[in-house]
Order: sequence, then structure tokens, then C-alpha cells
Amino acid sequence: MAKAAYNRDMTESVVEPRRRRRSRRGRVTVVGVLGEILMTGGVVVLLFLGWQLWFNNVISTNEQATVADDLSHEWASAAPTASADPVQSGDPGTPVVTSTPDAGTAFANLIVPRLGADFKRPIAQGIGKAVLDNTKLGMGHYPDTQLPGEPGNFALASHRSAYGGAFHNIHQLVVGDSIWVETADGWYKYIYRSMEYVQASGVGVILPVPQSPGTAATQSIITLTTCNPFYSSAERIIAYGVFDSWYPRADGPPAEIATIATVS
Amino acid sequence: MYLALWRLLPGAPWLRALQLVVLAALVLTALVLWVFPVIDHLTAPQDVTVE
Repeated sequence: MAKAAYNRDMTESVVEPRRRRRSRRGRVTVVGVLGEILMTGGVVVLLFLGWQLWFNNVISTNEQATVADDLSHEWASAAPTASADPVQSGDPGTPVVTSTPDAGTAFANLIVPRLGADFKRPIAQGIGKAVLDNTKLGMGHYPDTQLPGEPGNFALASHRSAYGGAFHNIHQLVVGDSIWVETADGWYKYIYRSMEYVQASGVGVILPVPQSPGTAATQSIITLTTCNPFYSSAERIIAYGVFDSWYPRADGPPAEIATIATVS
Repeated sequence: MYLALWRLLPGAPWLRALQLVVLAALVLTALVLWVFPVIDHLTAPQDVTVE
């Protein structure tokens, strides 16, 4: 008697709730759908962060390196073969002034051995999102500043930690480091000189003579601007380099960057 | 939501799971190619220029 009741209890306590639970699980409820949407949203936010902080940088770095290599290759094949005049090899003469590029067009490469043995990124004209927030470009020339080969300031901007983060390790530059600019005409060598931290409004850094309004430029410099600190745009970190020497394309790539400048 | 999707898919459980994996891959691709770049441009920009 007692045993039968126990069995009946077992039947009720095991089978019945299981059937009830299954029917409840199968029902689509507002709270259930809302919960699933919220969890999906959370996963998407995490995926976005992964894309922004890692995946997009990997893709951008590769694509920008490819664009830069393609430019080098294009210039190398378009250039005349080694200079027939031996005198020219000894004295490269005055540097060729880069012609004004079209907006949004990559017209030069930046090569900085300190930022990586294979660091070569394209430089495009303009500092809008179309250039800077671009997986294939990422580095822009302030259009109102001067160009390589002429007196004044060749000012560039790029990201610190997004879209390839070309200037991620800009703070590691050491006085005397070489900063190379490659164009169709040849290679311009700048020597890194100093670093400065300014507010976002610190436009003095891109003047022909930085922080000296109204002063006429006598020497050529390069200015690299990016954000500081990492993953923030609270301040700007600025690196200055002074023009050192000029290597015409006809004479072949300079020895220091021969491996990265020569494209197979 | 996902249960409804599971019921909607035809075939054996392993086939449904395979379809879910393919669908997830498609969604991820769409996010990376189109959605994330747009969101990135709409959210607070990381300004690197002086102006």
C-alpha cells in the first residue's frame, strides 16, 4: 500500500514536471526573446571591440604595406635605369620638389626603421576620414603644409592604435633615427630630432617653422602627428625630423633601407 | 528566438548545427565588412590631427 503510493508519487514527481518543463521551454516568451536579443547584442559589442582593437589593425597593416609596395614597384619600373652620368652619383644636387598630389591619392611612402624593420606605409594627400580611417591608406599629409624637397614643414597625421596604427610606437624614436620619405623622384632622408606633446588645438606644430608664426622657412622638416595617450585623443604627440639628404631614384635605393626599398 | 530558428532549419541535428555555423559565419562577415566600419565612423572618433 505504502509502496504503491510511493510509486504513484514517483510517477507524479518525475514524469509530470518533465512534460510541463518541456512545454514551457518550447514556448516563445517576450522576456525570453528580449534576453536573447540582449545577449546577442553583448556578443556583438565584444566582437566590435575585437575588430577595432585587433582584427582591423592586422588587416590595415597588411593592406597598407601592400599599397606601399605596389607604389614602390610602380615607381621603380617607371624610373629610368641607373644614371648614365657618373658625376650625378657623387652629387645628387638639390632635391626635387614633390609635385602637389591629388586629394586622397597616395603619393609617397614613409619608411622608419625604428618603427619596424619592414615599416613602410603609404602617405596620401589630405587628413579627412577618407584617408585616415582607411584600411588601405591610414596616413595623410596636411594639404596646407609643404612637400618634400621644399623649405618648410612636411606634416603628416596617422592613427596611434586604429586602422593599422602606423604611429603606435612613435614615442620610441631616438634622436638621430632616420625617417625616410620615398616618392616617384627618389628618397628624402630626415633625421629625427625632437618630440612634443600638445593639445588638439596646437596647430603651431604644422607651421612652416613649428611654433613660430610668421617666420619664413629656410630648412625642410618633417612633422608626424598622432594621438596620445593610446586609445584616446585627449592630446597629440608630435615628432619632428630635419631634412638631411636626398637620393635620386636613378641612383638606386639608399643602403640603409635597401632591403625594404627594393621590391622584388 | 534561437529555438524557433533551430526548429525552422531542416535536416538532422548535426546538419542543423552545420547550418547554424554557416549562418554565424555569414553574420560575422557582414558585421566586419559593413556594420563595424559604419559604427566606427559614427562613434567617438580617435582624432590624430591638430586643428
